[in-house]
Amino acid sequence: MGIKFSLAAVVGLILAAFIGVSGGGLSHFFGVTMPYLAILLFLGGVVYRVLKWGRAPVPFRIPTTGGQEKSLPWIKHAKFDNPSTKGQTVVRMALEVFLFRSLFRNTKFELEKGHRLFYQWEKWLWLAGLVFHYCFLVILLRHLRFFTEPVPGFVQGIERLDGLLQVGLPGIYITDGLFMLAVTYLIIRRLIIPQVRYISLPQDYFPLFLLFAIGTTGILTRYFFKVDLIKVKTMVMGLISFHPVVPAGIGAIFFVHFFLVCTLFAYFPFSKLMHAGGIFMSPTRNLPNDNRIRRHVNPWNYPVKVHSYAEYEDHFREKMVEVGLPVDKELEPAPKATADS
Amino acid sequence: MAKVPKPSELELQHVLPKTDWMDTPAVFRPGNFSYPGKAKNLKVLGLANPREWSPMDEDWKLPADWKNIILEGLRERLDKYRTLKVFMDICVRCGACADKCHYYLGSGDPKNMPVLRAELLRSVYRKEFTLAGKIMGKMVGARDLTEDVIKEWFMYFFQCTECRRCSLFCPYGIDTAEFTIIGRELLNLIGCNIDWIAGPAANCYQTGNHLGIQPHAFKDMIDFFVDEIEAVNGIRVEPTFNRKGAEFLFVTPSGDVFADPGTYTLMGYLMLFHEIGLDYTWSTYASEGGNFGFFTSHEMMKRLNSKMYAEAKRLGVKSIIGGECGHMWRVINQYMDTVNGPADFMEVPKSPITGTRFDNAASTKMIHIVEFTADLIKNGKLKLDASRNDNLVMTYHDSCNTARGMGFFDEPRYVLNNVCNNFYEMPPNTIREQTFCCGSGSGLNNDEFMEMRMRGGLPRANAVRHVHEKFGVNALSCICAIDRAALPTLMNYWVPDVTVYGLHELVGNALVMEGETERTTDLRGEPLPGMEDNENEDI
Repeated sequence: MGIKFSLAAVVGLILAAFIGVSGGGLSHFFGVTMPYLAILLFLGGVVYRVLKWGRAPVPFRIPTTGGQEKSLPWIKHAKFDNPSTKGQTVVRMALEVFLFRSLFRNTKFELEKGHRLFYQWEKWLWLAGLVFHYCFLVILLRHLRFFTEPVPGFVQGIERLDGLLQVGLPGIYITDGLFMLAVTYLIIRRLIIPQVRYISLPQDYFPLFLLFAIGTTGILTRYFFKVDLIKVKTMVMGLISFHPVVPAGIGAIFFVHFFLVCTLFAYFPFSKLMHAGGIFMSPTRNLPNDNRIRRHVNPWNYPVKVHSYAEYEDHFREKMVEVGLPVDKELEPAPKATADS
Repeated sequence: MAKVPKPSELELQHVLPKTDWMDTPAVFRPGNFSYPGKAKNLKVLGLANPREWSPMDEDWKLPADWKNIILEGLRERLDKYRTLKVFMDICVRCGACADKCHYYLGSGDPKNMPVLRAELLRSVYRKEFTLAGKIMGKMVGARDLTEDVIKEWFMYFFQCTECRRCSLFCPYGIDTAEFTIIGRELLNLIGCNIDWIAGPAANCYQTGNHLGIQPHAFKDMIDFFVDEIEAVNGIRVEPTFNRKGAEFLFVTPSGDVFADPGTYTLMGYLMLFHEIGLDYTWSTYASEGGNFGFFTSHEMMKRLNSKMYAEAKRLGVKSIIGGECGHMWRVINQYMDTVNGPADFMEVPKSPITGTRFDNAASTKMIHIVEFTADLIKNGKLKLDASRNDNLVMTYHDSCNTARGMGFFDEPRYVLNNVCNNFYEMPPNTIREQTFCCGSGSGLNNDEFMEMRMRGGLPRANAVRHVHEKFGVNALSCICAIDRAALPTLMNYWVPDVTVYGLHELVGNALVMEGETERTTDLRGEPLPGMEDNENEDI
């Protein structure tokens, strides 16, 4: 159900842009209104989301420790899996953000006869995830060509490196192919690994289909329909200088691509894609394991009802005195009347 | 009580139900749940809705406005815990956590995949706290809060041991323990809890320890071990209780006082402290290191934990030494100073024997006995005869809490290597930070839950079986009281030839004490290696 729904949503988006531009004359809407709306939703949404998270305090310092703690000086400390200072924590976070450290630990279980469990090497998810995110980054950076005049050196450098294969005209970018491969892998694993399929929600398929469609339309735009990129750049420069113009004759396929990207940006803050921001705020990763060294303060710490020693001793004093346990308050001498009787 | 199937009869398949998880209700059957909290225990602790009930009943006798209580409770906690708030939103359901959970591996029930355990709560959050969930409902993974959902929460938040193994593998560090801890907190608001947690927590609150051992009995029991030690090597150790002005307060889980094999570990502590002449005292008031409040709510954790600092202050000790325990150390390491500190009335712990200052405990003022002992050994202050443990082919189980809530790995290994000659590690993805739970942690160590415990313990037992077959391992050591209670049962079930030892029992065995008589037996009264013949002659 979730698969069909998400697929239908993406197909609907494609058709909307295609029909809207080629038949409905809505190129202004898709070329100007949508991108402004999308960027507004994106920025506003991300800020709103991060502030919302940030408003909740971190009452306890509870990092998940992934290696030897800082201990006696002669015990080797795993600084970056179990950081004890802010600096080490920054490195841990960097490893997490740039290399997906935790996902790299992944294994896959196998159950054999006689209740025997085995754990196998499984780094494909890590690899596909890493390839996907880095290709996405490179592709985004390459697109800066449309937003800058003159095009900065580093963007040209990235393009040169990315086009190193020098195949075809226009030259094929390595990241385009890898991006599509990685997204395809992520879709397929979600569909065919039974456990993953079982836990998947529509909002897990939708971004994957959307990204797949963005990649495909991007490739179509560049390699097959050979959209007039000068006109595209004119349009984009118009947008960012707040003098929007939509040059005639860009071609519907570009608008489809553009609309899907706008959708991705608009959708981003309200979806699981916010994991990109969430990782930085994850208290099991972004705090040092130094509770015994430095006190962590809980802003809403409040007094609680406790059973005090005095109450305890009142309850047990006789028994304590009987076996010679020291007490704070001695037993009261037995009342005289009782003694006399 | 449920009959536990034999290992050979235990069915285990990782097959998914035909129905979507939201349409698959939780089914309670003997062996897969723990008995509910007794009214009398709930009353001691001032917990909500004390009553007689059973999870097998149709009617759980929830308070009339239970739904409101839960939703308000959730709202409050979303504002108080960034973990909860962030973890509600950022899961991408990649599935990396799915097969990292010992209960999933051992039961095959998909709702034991950490991601689904969290979704049980997330689905309600989406419905009640997000716009998309309100409008689109099930299409975005949202669902109504119903009594069936509460039953499902009860089932699966009490089928999680808060071991945090999943959290290690999660690319965003999402910690299922946070969902379980807060899920249990919410359930407690409407009186849905288990007696194996409520009982010990009530005892601990009232009497000072989980087992409800009263002060005079506590002293008696320790005195019994004094006699036992004397029988082994002729040394009479002299522990003191509630003594003001001692340098150290010593706190250990009461399981060590009460149940084998923890009691042998306790004998090890007594012998060690005597041998080095440590100025320390026990407390009958703070006679519990463990904290079953932690399995009830953050507040209850604080209430029970408060005794340690309160007693340290009353007695005027300089610092505290803590015994071998798992969740006790998670609380001490990650919560105690925050909830009940600052401990500014004490000093940075310093070993009076070696002069080492434990700067890693500069704020809490509480050190782990294993780091204390490791420091003694490193500085050559102990005379050890590791050959006394030569009959043991040893492996070592990292308990979840000291592993992933602390990173306490090389201290115990250093001690172990100095008191044993034969030590083999289990495979790398089952030890240290990747260690598997004993299957009985976080208050689930009860008899009625036995089948699930044996299932959940399978991944641990499986790794022990591996080294048992490969290296002839016959002994499993650990530094956790729940392990010492749970692992013998687990070994007996899956790997019957393996015996469980606490680390300081092994220290006690190896420790050559000033003026001791020749030992013929270990602390358990079993003949030492090479002394088997003497034993036979006696017979």
